Amino acid sequence: MGGAKPQIKHQAFLKELDLAAVTIRKHIIEMLYRAKSGHPGGSLSAVDAMVALYYHHMHITPQNPKDPDRDRFILSKGHAAPTLYAILAEKGYFHTDELLYLRQINHMLQGHPVCTHIPGVEASTGSLGHGLSFANGVALAGRLDHKTYRVYVLLGDGETDEGQIWEAAAAASHYKLDNLCALLDRNNLQIDGTTEQVMKLESIRRRWEAFGWHVLEVDGHNVAEIIDALLLAGETEHQPTIIILNTVKGKGVSFMENNIDFHGVAPNEMEYKIAMKELTDQQHALEAVP
Amino acid sequence: MANPRDAYGETLADIGGKYTNIVVLDADLSKSTKTNLFAKKYPDRFFEMGIAEANMISTAAGLASSGKIAFASTFAVFATGRVYDQIRMDVAYSEANVKIFATHGGISVGKDGASHQMIEDIALMRVLPNMTVLTPSDAPQTKTIVELMATTPGPMYARVGRANAPIIYSKDDLAGLKLGKGMITRDGDDVTIIACGTMVDQALDAYDRLNDLGIHARVVDMHTIKPLDETLILDSAKKTNVILTVEEHSIIGGLGSAISEVLAEHSCAVPFYRIGVRDQFCESGEPEELLDKYHLSAPHIVTAAQRLLKH
Repeated sequence: MGGAKPQIKHQAFLKELDLAAVTIRKHIIEMLYRAKSGHPGGSLSAVDAMVALYYHHMHITPQNPKDPDRDRFILSKGHAAPTLYAILAEKGYFHTDELLYLRQINHMLQGHPVCTHIPGVEASTGSLGHGLSFANGVALAGRLDHKTYRVYVLLGDGETDEGQIWEAAAAASHYKLDNLCALLDRNNLQIDGTTEQVMKLESIRRRWEAFGWHVLEVDGHNVAEIIDALLLAGETEHQPTIIILNTVKGKGVSFMENNIDFHGVAPNEMEYKIAMKELTDQQHALEAVP
Repeated sequence: MANPRDAYGETLADIGGKYTNIVVLDADLSKSTKTNLFAKKYPDRFFEMGIAEANMISTAAGLASSGKIAFASTFAVFATGRVYDQIRMDVAYSEANVKIFATHGGISVGKDGASHQMIEDIALMRVLPNMTVLTPSDAPQTKTIVELMATTPGPMYARVGRANAPIIYSKDDLAGLKLGKGMITRDGDDVTIIACGTMVDQALDAYDRLNDLGIHARVVDMHTIKPLDETLILDSAKKTNVILTVEEHSIIGGLGSAISEVLAEHSCAVPFYRIGVRDQFCESGEPEELLDKYHLSAPHIVTAAQRLLKH
């Protein structure tokens, strides 16, 4: 990440975050296997950035999810709901047992996030392209009320095919929303193929720059880099920041990585077992690091 | 005569001091929707969103999620059909405190033609769970309804027309106005005319014409189409045995449809007819010409009432 001064290099702390990310990935695989449906690829690619936010960077208030001074996170790519739910449960917004009943009738966790009855969910998403506009509204309200909270919104790269994203990108820049930070999960894949095959996005950096945004680019699986970028975003004045997270769709499970077949298909029993073994191995490897 | 649009903008400006959490968004039409009156008085709480209605609605929802009462305005055609998904997800499903206030509803928009004549908005908004649907009929009632929108939590859609409208109500008439309760604006025993919004005025004209013919109509101003005042509908059916609905909207999905559903589900088999646009797009023209050509004006209401009474 060009020019950024690393703020966090405490190895034990980074190890803790990496371990948390593995725990979240295990939850995701477990949830999707039980639900027999859902979106593994884009859930797994988003884990590290969301761990950086919820386990370190954001001011969160799990015991009082509506605290007016909390930082806000909006999952615009709502199909990564399992990642959000797993993190919210681990952070104490609700019991981790709920995760076992994702997408099941008479249970809380809906296939896509809903803000009205899941503690910690800020916006109801699942129809792509809305989240950045919603985040703008939250940021405008914060400014109006002289609040210091910050607003984070995670976008999918394929999601930026949606025209509304660019309406919102223009508005965030017009209103100089420096209390807003978007994160772009640049995993390069969407349902019908690569993002470049489906609807060319490059140069995605230049697009956002042209809309007046401060653009940062990091390895989206390197928590230290993500945290540094979030700190830089926080110091940026008079313009919104977007952090392009270069990620791998399906990250952490070998046969799901860069495999478009796992965009919206849950693992079967054998795949589940292999995935859990791989993640457990990663966990042990991390724990073995001094 | 007074313009309900002016009443909307003036009311926002009037109550903006009392309700400091009101914010207003517009999509480059604030001079027409009259939100500019609020913008002048409270520039910090007015957000010009440009010609980007989808972004406007979702942004309004974000503002509402942080405690604001978010009024979002544009023409009815852009405030509903163009942004249906944003309203569905971010407003209705999210139970957001967003008040979509649309102007230029119906065919009396006139010369701009069918592209701007919104006759499906009530239907679109009515099918959304959690959504309240309102159609103020004159300027004073608009004032009352706008303040009630501000003080009643939850997703709401309101629509007025473009044109000036005769003043129907005095302050006293409106003192007891409740959302979800229709108003009996004239009473009679022979036929009930249930009208909404811009058509209440035509219904009152028809009332006078029918009176001259010795036919005594009840005129109901159904300013709230959802939740619908079922009691008043059934009571009127019982009292007059004939129901005629009048709306500046498609006959499919709007006021008439909603009332027919209530009558049918209560096995209330009274002579019934819907006056409205009969499943077609209209055209450019003067408002009066259009209302006449598409059979929405008072003489057509009279003819329809007479026909129903022969049943």
